[in-house]
Amino acid sequence: MSGHHDDHDHDHAHPAAPEEGAPQGYYQTLEVAVRELLIAKGVITPDALRRQIEKMDGAHAGRGGQLVARAWLDPAFKARALADGSAAARELGLEVGALRLIVLESTASLHHLVVCTLCSCYPRPLLGLPPDWYKSREYRSRAVREPRAVLAEFGTIVPDDVEVRVHDSTADMRYLVLPVRPAGTEGWDAERLARLVTRDSMIGVARAEAG
Amino acid sequence: MSGDEQPALSANFRPGDRVRVRRANPPGHVRTPFYSRGQVGQIERLCGTFPNPEELAYNRSGLPRQPLYRVRFRQCQLWPDYAGAAADTIEIEIYQHWLEPDEARQ
Repeated sequence: MSGHHDDHDHDHAHPAAPEEGAPQGYYQTLEVAVRELLIAKGVITPDALRRQIEKMDGAHAGRGGQLVARAWLDPAFKARALADGSAAARELGLEVGALRLIVLESTASLHHLVVCTLCSCYPRPLLGLPPDWYKSREYRSRAVREPRAVLAEFGTIVPDDVEVRVHDSTADMRYLVLPVRPAGTEGWDAERLARLVTRDSMIGVARAEAG
Repeated sequence: MSGDEQPALSANFRPGDRVRVRRANPPGHVRTPFYSRGQVGQIERLCGTFPNPEELAYNRSGLPRQPLYRVRFRQCQLWPDYAGAAADTIEIEIYQHWLEPDEARQ
């Protein structure tokens, strides 16, 4: 057992998770207490914690973009991705851990939108950390109830003859939208295509757009 | 952790089955959204079996594993004042112990 964390009085920021600005609320205090107990009791080490944070911070939407670009280029890969998203990601060498991924294909007649009304479930290994708005109470409550109004506020107008299908990520699966491939991208290679696949287009609040 | 060796309940529903979400309000770590309770939808797919999160949250085993489904609902049935298109849908992951057959329509 390390004695380092046993006796200090929380007047400094931790390098692994700096607490700055506003005073801590109940749950922030609880998190610090549990984290320090786990470290003091040797259940986790500060270095393991730092590594995990580094890994999570290192994930970014470019990884999801690789999967989308490959699916656009290769119909057989797309079929495998729609059948088992996690296996398709691993096929591309994208490490997804225990993630259970469902890939949702938007089409000319169907637009997918992902939300987690209960918390902030999100395919982090492929998209990185969720944006603040994804975790906001407003998005979480309104995306299920008035998805078209929410989409319009993101600048995405979906015509009435296109079905909007919302996916509430409530349990063990995570969701990645395969947006419609933009017109004018014929002949593009995977790298170039992947660059236009934005995070928001894989959540479904935006379309993928060329240029 | 592979769940292959863990005891699991068998799946009672198949894709296309009409189901009703139980109207219940148990305390604790419940993953069934309030707005879906009491509503009728259709099984879209079986996602597999998972330890029951309502048990896991209290450091219990969550076994036997519960079948988890994606259930599709019509938005205009969920929200009486829904402003979008009639064809709009929503899909929610719901555990089997929250679902019962929709007897009225089968």
